[in-house]
Parts: sequence; C-alpha cells; structure tokens
Amino acid sequence: MTTELKTLVAEAEAAIEQAVDLSALDQVRVGILGKKGALTAILKTLGGMEPEERKETGAAVNRAKQALQQKIEEKRAALEGAALNEQLSNETIDVTLPGRTRHQGSIHPVTHTLERIEELFRRVGFEVAEGPEVEDDYHNFEALNIPEHHPARAMHDTFYFADGRVLRTHTSPVQVRVMESKQPPLRVIAPGRVYRCDSDLTHTPMFHQVEGLIVDESVSFADLKGLLHDFLRSFFEQDDLQLRFRPSYFPFTEPSAEVDIECVMCGGKGCRVCSHTGWLEVLGCGMVHPEVFHHSNVDTEKYTGLAFGLGVERLAMLRYGINDLRLFFENDLRFLKNFA
Amino acid sequence: MKFSESWLREWVNPEVTTEKLLEQLTMAGLEVDGVEAAAPAFEKVVVAEVISVEPHPDADRLRVTRVEAGEEEPLTIVTNVADIAVGEKIAVAKVGCVLPDGMKIKKAKLRGVPSFGMFCSMGTLGLMEESESLERLPSEAPVGVSIRDYMALDDQVIEVDLTPNRGDCLSISGVAREVGVMNSASVKSVEFEPVIASSERTFPVYIENAAGCPRYLSRVIEGVNPRADSPLWMQERLRRAGMRSLGPLVDVTNYVMLELGQPMHAFDLAKLSGAITVRNAVAGESLTLLDGKEIELNRETLLVTDEKGPLALAGIMGGESSGIEEETTDLFLECAFFAPLSIAGKARSYGLHTDSSHRFERGVDSQLQLLAIERATQLLIDIVGGSAGPVEEAVNPETLPSANRINLRSERLERILGLSLDPAWVAETLQGLGLSLETNAEGWQVVSPSWRFDLAIEADLIEEVGRIYGYDQLPSTHPQLSAEIRKNPEAITPLQQLRQTLVDQGYREVITYSFVDPKLQQIMDPQHEALALENPISSDLSVMRTSLWPGLIQSMEFNSKRQQSQIRLFETGLRFVPEADGLKQQRMVAGLLYGEIEPEQWSVTSRSVDFFDMKGDLELLLEKGDKVQFVAASHPVLHPGKSAQIKMGATVLGWAGAIHPAIAAQLSLPKNIFLFELDLQQLQERMIPAFNPLSKFPMIRRDLAILLNRNILSQEVLDTAEASIDQKILRGVRLFDLYQGDNLKEDEKSLAFGIFLQHDERTLTDDEVEAVIVQVVENLEQQHGAKLRI
Repeated sequence: MTTELKTLVAEAEAAIEQAVDLSALDQVRVGILGKKGALTAILKTLGGMEPEERKETGAAVNRAKQALQQKIEEKRAALEGAALNEQLSNETIDVTLPGRTRHQGSIHPVTHTLERIEELFRRVGFEVAEGPEVEDDYHNFEALNIPEHHPARAMHDTFYFADGRVLRTHTSPVQVRVMESKQPPLRVIAPGRVYRCDSDLTHTPMFHQVEGLIVDESVSFADLKGLLHDFLRSFFEQDDLQLRFRPSYFPFTEPSAEVDIECVMCGGKGCRVCSHTGWLEVLGCGMVHPEVFHHSNVDTEKYTGLAFGLGVERLAMLRYGINDLRLFFENDLRFLKNFA
Repeated sequence: MKFSESWLREWVNPEVTTEKLLEQLTMAGLEVDGVEAAAPAFEKVVVAEVISVEPHPDADRLRVTRVEAGEEEPLTIVTNVADIAVGEKIAVAKVGCVLPDGMKIKKAKLRGVPSFGMFCSMGTLGLMEESESLERLPSEAPVGVSIRDYMALDDQVIEVDLTPNRGDCLSISGVAREVGVMNSASVKSVEFEPVIASSERTFPVYIENAAGCPRYLSRVIEGVNPRADSPLWMQERLRRAGMRSLGPLVDVTNYVMLELGQPMHAFDLAKLSGAITVRNAVAGESLTLLDGKEIELNRETLLVTDEKGPLALAGIMGGESSGIEEETTDLFLECAFFAPLSIAGKARSYGLHTDSSHRFERGVDSQLQLLAIERATQLLIDIVGGSAGPVEEAVNPETLPSANRINLRSERLERILGLSLDPAWVAETLQGLGLSLETNAEGWQVVSPSWRFDLAIEADLIEEVGRIYGYDQLPSTHPQLSAEIRKNPEAITPLQQLRQTLVDQGYREVITYSFVDPKLQQIMDPQHEALALENPISSDLSVMRTSLWPGLIQSMEFNSKRQQSQIRLFETGLRFVPEADGLKQQRMVAGLLYGEIEPEQWSVTSRSVDFFDMKGDLELLLEKGDKVQFVAASHPVLHPGKSAQIKMGATVLGWAGAIHPAIAAQLSLPKNIFLFELDLQQLQERMIPAFNPLSKFPMIRRDLAILLNRNILSQEVLDTAEASIDQKILRGVRLFDLYQGDNLKEDEKSLAFGIFLQHDERTLTDDEVEAVIVQVVENLEQQHGAKLRI
C-alpha cells in the first residue's frame, strides 16, 4: 500500500472518529467515499497503472474502503444511539405529578344500603314496591289493625295534616296496597322514607325503612327465621353472625318478634353501642295478622304470610361504623365523600 | 314497669340466677330494659338503739348519745339531731364505713368529746331523697344487724319494657305468672282473707255509663290515723319500683296497683256530697286535677262525679278538691274496672299519662276488683287503723268483658310454627298461663283468662305457645321459591343507573328532609301553596316540599359555610304538589351545580361552570337523543335568559337553568348556581333500541358557516337545516362553532355546522350533495335571514 493511501486512511479514520453528529459523519463519508471523494480519486488513477501495481493497489484501496465503511457504520450507530438517548432524555416527564382529575360523585350511604338490601332480596324473587308518603289513616293504621285510640298509635309519634292524612310512620302501608292490587302468592319488599314526630340524638323526624312481605300457601315462622338469618348474615357478610328472636308486639303481625344481632362492634362482648348487652335490635317481624288479611280480602285459611320491617340508617350505621344518625341528613360533603 | 327482684322472688322463686331470670324475661317478650342495684355499695351500717342521750358539755347544738349497735360495748356518738330520744332505732354508720357520697366514718372528737359513728338518714345511704328528719327504724328492727340485711338491700331493680298488649304484666303477680310458666315453678296464689266489715257505713254509687264502667267497687273506711307512716318495707318496695312514698293512704293504693295491677283511688269522704255517679262529662264542665292543673272536659271523657260536679277523671287522675290530705280520717276507696276503650287516648288528649291510665288503657283484669279492695283494706287497717264498712259493688254484668273462646288447631299450630309439638306440653303451657281448655277433634278449645285482653284469635294462642317454647328453639327453614320469572321491563331505566350517571358526572347524592322551611319553600316555588303539617317538629320543617330545590339550596349553604366551593349535588324523591284534583306525590330527580368545571389542579386552566355543563350532564341522563328539547322558557326561580323547559313532544320533563339573580341576592347566595329538576317517571321511560342496517356507501360531510341575527336560536337553525334535507339521506347536523364579536356586527353571530349525508343503496353524487346544500342555504336565508359566510 502506498504511503499516500495509508495517510488517507489514517486521516479518514480520525475524521470519522471526530464526527459530532450524523451530518458531520455524512460529510466525512462523502469526502472519502463519495463520487468526488479521496478514495474514489485513487481508484480513478488505477487505469494508468501497470497491471501488477494496479492489481495490488486496487486490492488495497478496496480493503481500505471496506474498513472505512465499517467504521462509518459503527460511528453512525453510535451517533444514532446517542441522539435517541438525548431525545428520550429531553422528553422525560415527572410521572409523580398528579393525574388530571374530574369531580368525583358519590351515592348517599342510605341509598347504597338500600340498594344492597334490595339486591339481596331481588335475588330470591322479591319485587320492589313503592307507595305514597302522605298516606291516609286507613292504610297507615286502620288496615294494619291499629284502630283509633290503640295504644300502639302513641308509639308512632305521627305527623298529621289538617285533612286527617298522615306522613306514613312506617313502610307497612305498602303491604296493604300490594295486597289490595295483587293476588297471592306475593313476595315484595317496600323501601322508602318514613316519618316520626321525634328528634333528638338518636331520632330524626325522617328515616328509611324496608318492609318485606311474603304471602303464600305454606309460609311459616320457621321460614321467617331462615329468611332473616340469611339476610342479616349476607348483609354483614358474617357467616357466624348470632341472631336472637324475641317475642314482641306489632298490631299487624301475630306471632311477632324483634330480632337482635350479636353486636357487630364488639362481637357480643358488650360495648357502648349495644349498651353493654352484646345485642343490637335491628328489625321487627312476624306472621301477618289475620285481621290485616281480612282488610285486604286474603283468604286466611289458604294463605299465611310473613312480614318484616327494618331501619336502614341503623343497618348503615352498623355496617360503616357511623356514630351519629344526624350525619345522614346534614349532607356534609366531607361525610358523603366517604362513600364514593 | 320497674320492680325489685326480691319482691318478684317472693311471688315465684325458680332456681335460676338473676342473669338467667333476666334472659328469660327478655326471651318471653318482657324485654329487660335495665338492671341496677337497689342500693349503692356501703358496709358497716347497722341497726342501732339509742340507750342514753346527754347534752354536750361544750356545745348547745350537740348531743352525746350512747347506742347499742351489736358491739361488746355501746358506742358513743355525738350528734346534732335535736329530737333524738332513748329507745329509738336508727341506722348507724360505724367507724370504717364509707358512705355512698365517699365520706369516711372515722373516730373523731367533736368539741372535745370522742364519737364512734354517725346516725344515717335514708338519704345519706342513697336510698331516698334527703328529707328534713332522720328516719327512725321500726321498733322491732333487730339491733346490730347490718342495714343491708335488714332492708334486703342486696337486691336488683329490674325494668322491663312492656309492649302495649301485655297490660297483664304491669304487676308483680303478672310477671310472676310468666316466670312461673317458664320455669314450671309454683307461683304464690293471689288470695287474701276478706276484711270483715266493722261498720255499716257506705256511700252510694251510680253508674250512668255502663259501657265505660262495667264494675265499680267501693268501701268506706273511717277513723284512720292520718299521722301514721308507711312501713319501711312498703316504702322500699315502692322506691325500687320508682315511686315516692306519699303517705300511707296513697302508698297502699300504689302498692296494690304494683302488686296486683289494679289502680285504685282514695277520696276524702268528708269532701263528697250526695252520691257518686260515673258518667261522661257534659259540655262546659271543668276539673282541677291533683297536680293543680285545671282542664276543660269534653263529652268523650268518663268522670267520677258527685252532686256538686266532677271529682276525678275516671281511671286517669283524681281531682284536687276531693283528694286525701294530711287531716283525712275517713276514706272512700274506689276500685273499679273501667273499659279500655273508654280510657284509651283520653289521658293523652289532656296531655296526661299516669300509672292508672297506662293500665286501664291496656286492660285491667275485670275480675280483680274484689281481691284488690280486700288487699288494700287489710293493708290500710294494719298501717293506719280505722274501721272498714262493707264492700259495695255496682256492676253491669252485660258490659263486663266476656271470656274469648278460641279454637286452637294442632294442624295450624304446626303449619305456622313449622314444627310439631307434644300436645300434653301445649296444654300444660296454656293452662300455666291461666287459660282453661278442653281437647277437641282438631286440637283444643281454649277460654282466655280475664286478665289477657290480647288473646282473641287462634294466632294469639300460637304466639303464646311459640313464645313459651322459645323462639330460639323453633326451627329455621328457607322459604320455598317458585321459579317463576317475573317481568322486568326493558323500557324502564333502572333508577340505580340514572343515579350512577349523575355520580359519574361528579354529582354527590344527598337526602334532605321532605318537609322544609315555609319561607324558603315560598321563595323557591312561589306558584304553589305547600301542604302544611299540623304538628311539625319545628317551624323550619313545617311544610311539604313542592320542589327538591329548597333542600338542595340548604345543603349547598350548609357546605358553603364549611369552606366547600365546588358543589355538585343531586337528590331523588317525592315532591308534594297540591293540585285541583288532589295532592300529587311526584317522584323527581333534581340537581345543583356550582363552582369550577374541574377540581383545582396543576395542568388545567379552570373556569366556572355554566349552563351548558349542566345541559351536557342532563343530555347524558336523558338518554333519549334528539327527542328531548330544551325550550327557552321562563321560570320564576330561574334567570329568564338562562333557563329552559325540558320537553319531549308536548310532555314537560322538567326545568333547568341558572338561579334568578334576584333570588340569589334574597338568599345571599352566589349568582352562578345552576339547578335542574326532572320528573323521574318520565325520565325512566326509554326506547327499546331498534337497529337500522348500516350503509355500505361513503358518508359525505359538508360544512357551512352562516351569519345571522344573534337572537335567532341555534336549535331553530338546525331544525330548519334538518327539515331541508331528505330524511333518507340525512345522517345528522352537528354545530361545531359559534362566533360573535370582532369583525361582526353587534347584532350578528356566526354559526358553523357540518351536514352528514349518506345513501343506503349507492354513493351520493357531487350534484346531489350540491343540490342539498343549496336547498339548505336557501331555506336558512328565507326563514332566518341567514347569509352564507365566505
């Protein structure tokens, strides 16, 4: 190889090495390997050489060309990698910045609880019924076997209107309305607002109940027990939740019972929530009183019925550990946010 | 009903612990509401007898006494009790005793004389209210015995919360009967020796209202000692039952009421004239009650009267003028059966509630009067002396309650309770409750006892059997379900889904009271007169809402006061609109929108919400596409230029708009509050989707920009454009730009919209499309004076 070639290759190698970017590298490539490049120029001189020399020089130039091409490719790859790295680096964001947000909505815990209760009963074939909240005396009392002057009326703290109508004191009148309009067998729940003229730490003048009713040919008290066992255990998602049925009195059921559950706050050991009894009263229930059936023309010999009524706020408080009933109706956004 | 365990155990004493007894009561339906010790904890208080009293050498007000207190030597006690006398028996706290108030009794010197204890009043021992005089113990009280033992203070006061059907358990004897049945234990028999009359004296009684007063027993007792004290044991039992001692005459009637359940009343015989008549009040009569309150009587009220007028509200409360006083020596004792219906509700109508009315309302045993009057007479004569006249009875057998004969079928019993019971056990249980029965082919024929007003039908007996068997012991089964598939209409959107749509748009659900402040109600819905409650809980919750807006406004105010500035609320529920044909109870959904469009954050430039934010939310909710229209209309509560009636065809679904600035100012609210309210039932009705085949040919879009008067509603423009196009090829018109301002005249605006065309069967030609556009432009120009913008 000629000295000239050697020098050329050494210079080219240095130039490749020094190229700072792809365009500089390209310039170097054109300067050596392009049509007017230095190496191309040497090739052009081959024609004037002796065959022996031409062969030798041609081979040397080709080797140099291949070597330089490889160098250039290597350099190009290195420069491209660096450029990509630079781009990536420039494009880097602070992924810890907060995401772009929108306003969050929420369902009221009472509604949420009602929906859970409805869902549990719908699954076993209950239909949901509704009724008026301004109710007549007949449906709220009379048809439920609570005649005028009955001591049970005193327990109801009723809101009255001038025309003798009332704000329903319970969801039980929906029972009556369902039986008036449909024939057994019936399997109904009636959720909704109810009203009592009472307001203190543990009472609000409006609250929610869910009434349940089955009328069929062979419904028994044992069914009532089984149904409420299932319901309460499913509601609290606690398979070993202890229940007790206590005899009680409602004019529209006979036999009647109140249901206590083992206190879910203390596991029945006794705490402030359960007044240290270990039990919490959660609902009232019983077998539909024949007098109620008579009012709605249901054949008491053919059919029997079970009914229950539960307080929704009470269940919501126990489920979510809410310690103040009044929170439900203040609608403080800080409270509602807990139920998003 | 409150009573002491020891009193109950005197009547029935099963071998069960207190804890078990309480559980039994609760599980029998007599719910135990509370249990507390009959006396606070203290020790070293004994019965002591005063054996000497000397004046204190250095103090006029002190006495130096020596008492026998069961110690080897008598104790010296220095006291300031002035009237203390030798031979009296008094409770003494000995050295080392800690009294309920924390005071420790120590050996002390009082003005130089050592003292080894303290005389204790019942008040000091925490048993009764502090009285002025120190109570002396009965002379037979055994010296040296602990006062706890002597007064049986290691006792529990049990309070049971009785349901209104169990009037029969408003007495020790009634509770004892229940406990007896549950434990198969014998119960003390309710029998007392009659008191032989020692005088002939009677006072005539006439019953005018026989339905209200089937039976009225009376007895005159003359010459009683008005100064006598009630015995300590009686005072203690009354105290543990939550009653104050008011002298022996009242105490005895109360005691018999607690023991047997029979309310009684003692009149001062000297104050009665002529004869007793039990009758209803006549118009204009009034009566001053024992508590000094004067009431105007109505004709529904049953009275005990004499010749001069009303003496007592029968079965409720006596009158002031005929009541016994400290000087009373001659008594007229009343022991009546007033029918529950004649008493029910009456006390409450006069704002009264007494132990007597409580019992008569629920039903007193109609066969109990003779027993009770004999019991009371004996107790009175034992305590206050006197001579009793004969028991006089005025009775109307026809109006006395008759025993119910009830058939109890064993098949029915099994069907309701869900298990088969041993017939012998059933019979024994019912008999234990005082029912008499005969076996018949189907089961039993049962006769209810006179004290059980709640046993009238078969179901009542089934409850009795189930109750005593124990609800917890009854089986538990799953109700059988017929696998019938019920209707579930697809054309009704579930409420849950509508709520979720709003929640997804950032609204929080609230639940507000259905009754609101009449002032706010009037402001938020001046068009309707709201239905008013007769007995509201407070004046600001006194009318039924005719709109859900007042509640939302109040919730917003509540939260604004707590530094919340981004408020999106919604509520579902009834509104109560009085209409010509009656009250309309209408299910609504309403919402309130206020604040910034997005929460404050680093990468979004925020702005206040406006009408179109709310409209967009509602369009999602409405889900009915083009069928729903927002029609510019004015509403008294909304900004006249920013309010719309939401309609589907001719049906009004509701309203949406910005609050009227004048109303915002009146309520001190910010202006940019947006409100909506929609009829839920209409909202829930939806179309079942009907599929249209998809066209295989390309869709053509042409954009138009037009200039027109800014008062022309965009909806009208779009409607015109749509109506100008053959519906077969129209796929939609979409407004994408609105401009008004620079480069336009003041009354001008520019609208730009895209028109989307497509044919089902072929590709539309340019000529066809061009013809459509020309037609649209022409119609817009003719109908709205619109010019194509170039």
